[in-house]
Amino acid sequence: MSKVFIIVQANEEARPIVEALLQDNPHAVAQESPAMVRVEAEGKMTLNRATVEDLTGQPFNIQQLHVNLISISGHIDEDDDYLTVAWAN
Amino acid sequence: MSVEIKAVEIKPLRNTFTNVAELIGGDKPASRYQEATLGVQATTNMHYRPTWEPEFELFDPRRSAIQMREWYDLKDPRQLYYASWTIQRAKEQETQEANFDFVESRYLHLSLPDDVKKLSLDVLLPLRHAAWGANMNNNELCSRAFSEVLISPAIMQAMDNLGIAQYLTRLGLLLDEPEVLDAAKAQWMSGEAWQPLRHMIEDSFVVRDFMEIFLVQNFVFDGLLYPLIYDRFVDDTLTSRGGSAVAMLTSFMPMWFGQSSKWVDGVLKVAVAESEQNKALISQWTTTWRDRAVTALTPIAAMAFGNSQETMMNEVIEQFNARAKKLGIAA
Amino acid sequence: MDMKATKKKLGIKERYAHMTRGLGWEPTYQSADAVFPYDKYEGIKIHDWDKWVDPFRLTMDAYWKYQGEKDRKLYAVIEAFAQNNGHLNITDARYLSAIKLFWQGVSPLENYVVQGFARAGRHFRGEASRVACQMQAVDELRHYQTQAHSISNYNKYYNGFHSQRHMWDRVWYLSVPKSFGEDALTSGPFEFLIAISFSFEYVLTNLLFVPFMSGAAYNGDMSTVTFGFSAQSDESRHMTLGIEAIKFLLEQDPANVPIVQGWIDKWFWRGSKVLALVGMMMDYMLPKRVMSWKEAWEIYAEENGGALFRDLARYGIRPPKGWADACEAKDHLSHQVWLLFYEYGGAAAFHTWSLTDEELDWLSAKYPDSFDKYYRPRLEFLRDKHARGERVYQGTLPTLCTTCQIPLCFTEPGDPTKISHRETVHKDEKYVFCSDHCQEIFGNEPEKFVQSWLPVNQIYQGNCFNPDVDPTAPDFDPLKAVLEYFKYNLGRDNGDFEGSEDQRNFAMWRGQASKN
Repeated sequence: MSKVFIIVQANEEARPIVEALLQDNPHAVAQESPAMVRVEAEGKMTLNRATVEDLTGQPFNIQQLHVNLISISGHIDEDDDYLTVAWAN
Repeated sequence: MSVEIKAVEIKPLRNTFTNVAELIGGDKPASRYQEATLGVQATTNMHYRPTWEPEFELFDPRRSAIQMREWYDLKDPRQLYYASWTIQRAKEQETQEANFDFVESRYLHLSLPDDVKKLSLDVLLPLRHAAWGANMNNNELCSRAFSEVLISPAIMQAMDNLGIAQYLTRLGLLLDEPEVLDAAKAQWMSGEAWQPLRHMIEDSFVVRDFMEIFLVQNFVFDGLLYPLIYDRFVDDTLTSRGGSAVAMLTSFMPMWFGQSSKWVDGVLKVAVAESEQNKALISQWTTTWRDRAVTALTPIAAMAFGNSQETMMNEVIEQFNARAKKLGIAA
Repeated sequence: MDMKATKKKLGIKERYAHMTRGLGWEPTYQSADAVFPYDKYEGIKIHDWDKWVDPFRLTMDAYWKYQGEKDRKLYAVIEAFAQNNGHLNITDARYLSAIKLFWQGVSPLENYVVQGFARAGRHFRGEASRVACQMQAVDELRHYQTQAHSISNYNKYYNGFHSQRHMWDRVWYLSVPKSFGEDALTSGPFEFLIAISFSFEYVLTNLLFVPFMSGAAYNGDMSTVTFGFSAQSDESRHMTLGIEAIKFLLEQDPANVPIVQGWIDKWFWRGSKVLALVGMMMDYMLPKRVMSWKEAWEIYAEENGGALFRDLARYGIRPPKGWADACEAKDHLSHQVWLLFYEYGGAAAFHTWSLTDEELDWLSAKYPDSFDKYYRPRLEFLRDKHARGERVYQGTLPTLCTTCQIPLCFTEPGDPTKISHRETVHKDEKYVFCSDHCQEIFGNEPEKFVQSWLPVNQIYQGNCFNPDVDPTAPDFDPLKAVLEYFKYNLGRDNGDFEGSEDQRNFAMWRGQASKN
């Protein structure tokens, strides 16, 4: 199965995004490089708004991801409450 | 490895890029606007002719009949570059968002008198299509224009047009159910009052001269429509009839028009002053399209102002003619 | 007052449909073909534009909000960098060659595609596709301008940055990205989209920005890493446009599949050649290296691109024709390009240099199958000559590939000792190519590629001298005249790093700044 990934900047705003991804996608793995964090997973991975909000105690809009996003791979399905990246193979 | 860097005085080797220095009279400190736009577009040694328009080079000033010795003279007096544009719009959007919240949270949209609400929707909602038409024309301007001083503000203007079309859409969704958007589109497509305007806008879609597109959309169409609709209809007529909530929901538009007019005036003034030939052409375009736009806006003014339509139209035309005259246009 | 309950909020998908698709209309006073004259001649068939999906569904209000936030952060870094002499924090002034090459050869491409996306954003018939293209147009404007503002500070203190636009229009190695960009811009709108959004943004752009910008961070260049990652945050949207575009075209009509496959073949290959420059930047120009070009290729091209093409197989799309050759080249590409620029270092507007043992060892470890066997001996030989005061500079003009315009320096697939070379005769003229794939691209569109402005051929024809130059004068020095036409400051922009003004200034300024 192919891997999907989400890469974000290594900063305070992106930290709960990485945490939420790891929490909700047990098969996901984070790799750190200078100034960035890459979270990758086999097949499919979802970022849930509720999880980020639980982690920060603040309201979170899925589109806030764009501010610190570096790269993303896979087909994207975004709604008010989640963003999923997945390969169909 | 990071060393402790003391503040030291280091003399720079140069102040700016050559393409900028050539246009600001030598190597001196340049502004962000200047470094973002001056002398940026490629000028020579192009490889292939466009498959979509082989009669021109890829970057070619001959796409307009206007002639300039130096196209970079057509500067934007607002000196906008992407960051200053987007940061300014973000602030304005915050205000506009607060207005939407204010109206919604205090149910002001529900307390509009029924006739005022209906009139607002009848006049404003079909205009989201006109704003989309403006977006098309400014994209065309961006893609065909010669020199970065035109290309860069053109795409920002196009995105502003889209933002306005979307604010009008949000206004419809807040005041009523989504079906009103369909009804407004039906009016746009076949309502009698809207046909001259739609006809004129569709005719502007086949204009290929980029300076004519610039003038038709941003000077003539906007220059008549915004004062008529946002100053006179929304801020005067609706407000005096208990519709100030609508003015709050559209406060971005007249403010934006004031800003974009500075750009439009700055460009036209220089282009007109360049030569008699430019002046004649710009004057001719202005006359033709102004007369057309006046005809197109008259039925909408009738809808908006009833008996006072003629006064309102005449005020707007006078204001426009005075503006044209100030720019050196004989129209 | 009787208050109705607040209305049900529309979901993001419904709301977005009203904000885009709902805005457009079918013209009746002008024919649709007159309003949209460019979207049929390429042979692409679209039956239902409403099937286009933009998964991010960004409206202008949100766009301004998030982009404004990004730019406030970015410009705070740019200001701080300028105020605090941030340039003295980089690892070494050699690093600047990478940024020079980026500014000379990549930033102008960002600017080029502004007009291309504005054209697509005006001329596709579907509204949602237009909005996505327009946002990319204005984003690309952002990228060029933020790069100009970040690099403005380097330009004040170092050479090679000053005449980007002039060099772009004239310099031999910059005709590689220039012809790439102009090839895309002069194509029809669908080919443009496959070229830039799909082949470049989706398949290849991660290779440019992710490892390279991480490398900038590793080398202390906060300015570049900030604009780089900030640009890359837009790039995620652009990549999504690329993949949505290709799915859309393939789903609309089976007749689109072979056309799109042809474009994928062409543009993957064109893009991989442009990225040869990035390979050299990563392996040779970063004093502190994050990962090798080969590793980056394996992660971002082979693994990620592999996943993509497995996914597209259901439409009848296969990996690009040049895929296997490009993958084989990962062991060789960066070394061959560096050697080319080292030897033509007198004619490049950035510096090259002899590598240290430590750097050579790093390359040996990263390229166990190729470096020691083919490249290390040559680099050591050149270094020895340099040490003896005989720095090698090629004075002859190379032969350029008619398609990608890179001098013939790549080797045959399967034989890294033999320079690859192909020829085609078209209408009694001979044309030269670096590879089967570049030759095939020419063969498919000879009328386009016979127009190529090949710098070496132009030099021979006398078209690369300033107008005031007299080539018949007894003391005429053609090489010098060409470099002046390129707008080089001779002896300051070009040549070896050792002994350069950049090297001297950086050492002196850093000395002043870090000592009492």
